[in-house]
Amino acid sequence: MIEATALTKRYGTKPAVRNLTFTVHPGRVTGFLGPNGAGKSTTLRMILGLHSPTFGSVTVAGRPFAGRPRGLRHVGALLDAHDVHGGRSARAQLWALARSNRIPRGRVDEVLGEVGLADVAGRRIGGYSLGMKQRLGIASALLGDPPVLLFDEPLNGLDPEGVKWVRELFRRLADEGRTVFVSSHLMSEMEHTADDLIVIGRGELIAAEPLAAFAARGTRGHVTVRSPGAEALAGLLTAAGAAVTSYGERLEITGVTAPEIARIALDHRILLHYLSTENASLERAFMELTADSVEYGARGAGAEPARPVAGPIGGDAPGPTADVTPGPAVAPTPGPAPEDTPGLTLGDAR
Amino acid sequence: MTTSATTATATTATATTATTATPPPPHAAALRTDEPRPRFRDLAAAEWIKIRSLRSLPIAYGTTALAVLAFNLGTAYDTYSHWTARTAADRARFVEDGIPLQHAFNANAALVLMLALGAIGAFAVVGEYSTGTIRTTFAAVPARGPVMAAKAVVLGALTTVYGLLLAAASFAGTQAILGARDAGVGLDHPGALRVLLASALLAPVSALAGFALGALIRHTATTMIATVTVLLFLSIALTDGRYWSALLGHTLPYQAWLRLAEPRYVPPEFGWSQGGAWTVYGVWGAVAAAVAVLAVRRRDQ
Repeated sequence: MIEATALTKRYGTKPAVRNLTFTVHPGRVTGFLGPNGAGKSTTLRMILGLHSPTFGSVTVAGRPFAGRPRGLRHVGALLDAHDVHGGRSARAQLWALARSNRIPRGRVDEVLGEVGLADVAGRRIGGYSLGMKQRLGIASALLGDPPVLLFDEPLNGLDPEGVKWVRELFRRLADEGRTVFVSSHLMSEMEHTADDLIVIGRGELIAAEPLAAFAARGTRGHVTVRSPGAEALAGLLTAAGAAVTSYGERLEITGVTAPEIARIALDHRILLHYLSTENASLERAFMELTADSVEYGARGAGAEPARPVAGPIGGDAPGPTADVTPGPAVAPTPGPAPEDTPGLTLGDAR
Repeated sequence: MTTSATTATATTATATTATTATPPPPHAAALRTDEPRPRFRDLAAAEWIKIRSLRSLPIAYGTTALAVLAFNLGTAYDTYSHWTARTAADRARFVEDGIPLQHAFNANAALVLMLALGAIGAFAVVGEYSTGTIRTTFAAVPARGPVMAAKAVVLGALTTVYGLLLAAASFAGTQAILGARDAGVGLDHPGALRVLLASALLAPVSALAGFALGALIRHTATTMIATVTVLLFLSIALTDGRYWSALLGHTLPYQAWLRLAEPRYVPPEFGWSQGGAWTVYGVWGAVAAAVAVLAVRRRDQ
């Protein structure tokens, strides 16, 4: 269990994390999401006591982690796979860590086997690929068999087989009753991994809730149509008050329902190849929410220009039309929202 | 009526008990670990594993040793080969003037040793900062002060042994070469042990100075500049000619070594004692270790 209360960190006058209050529960995989620069790594470092909060506090199992003489049996962490000396072998690296925490040597070979590095354990880490370094980082986190595990962007550099393995590992760790806290800037990575989500943007809490609840926030469903008469149909639908984004023969429509579209097409003898109502994806919910938080942050901070935020997510981002505009006002974050963060009322921020 | 109510209550009670009894999540018991008592020697052992597992360190220590021996043995060989060019009076006073002890460990060798060991000491900590290893280290051991103390102890011990071996090898080698001209001395010669020990301990003192600067500065290049400045430039700039200059100069390890390695010290206007020089060694080592321990306490890592 990880509990953050009004956690705040400023570097100089620049706030990195503001007023974060959340709880990460045992027995679940909790995704920690936010665009690049949202303050995820800062938060993880504060959980580990590497950085001290400017204000507020964070505890692991009810105690500040920094107060523990040895850490590996309490929290296992992968912060950055590059946080190792390239000149050492994986085995030496893990053995030094294990020794400092009085963990028996046999455990080193155990975790090396578990992450699939047993065959290369004697080689210099400098020659490892990013994926292998991630595996080594995960091995370090597992070393002390801890009840709480933190992973910062663990899927970076892993091949599809590795990603599948990591997901299964996280699931197993959570099923064993452990607290598993995984950060990512990609919603798609969390969609099949996390039970709970904690979403931050520009250092502020946007959501802390089960994945399903978060998905339900993406209220903006749309209807996809494929038709040889797409052009004509688009005109008719627009006239009927719908917002239409056109991709050649494919249209993405909001503002009218699928049956209404079918009726209009029938009335005008337009052939439809495909008609489907699409629920808003998690990714879109995430984008809408973080985009809002950036918009608010930029205005709130005065002259500071808005940072492009959704870059890495925008692989299949919708086109340039009104479709991207954030939907109806999203309910303010339940529970942990502190009173003095007006930005949480996302609807007002627009 | 009454009976059924009682039954209902009893059922509820049973249900409640059952619910309270269930909670422990699947493997909760397995997760509760009996943590062994934290020991300082585990931290020292871990640091020793780290040092041993870096191939670059034996190379750094090895090349430094070769350079130091080259300076010392080379100078001794020079004296040996030019021996016949000396006057008879010169040769007669060679041992009496303490020249063999100057050959045992000369100033060039001392400077090379200081700079190399200062850099090695600095790398013991900036190496961890530049690679990010320090975060892995401190996440595994949140007690940062003891980690730095363990590093200082291991570094100090290793460099002391290294310094002793190197000073002993230099002494033996140079005196053997001079001995071929009957100009060598043994360890029982007055001042010989002092020269040997002062040269040997220059290694840990320099390494710890670099280590402390590294812990304070944390950036590789800046740390190197600071180490060279403190160990070398200041020692050369602060001469014995003026009172304040001499006073400040006498707080530096290189000047302490000069004082201790001088076979026949003739005090200038602002002179100092051997005890003072030994104290400088001790204070530098202790203060450096303390600075490194304190440097990591409050700052973000």
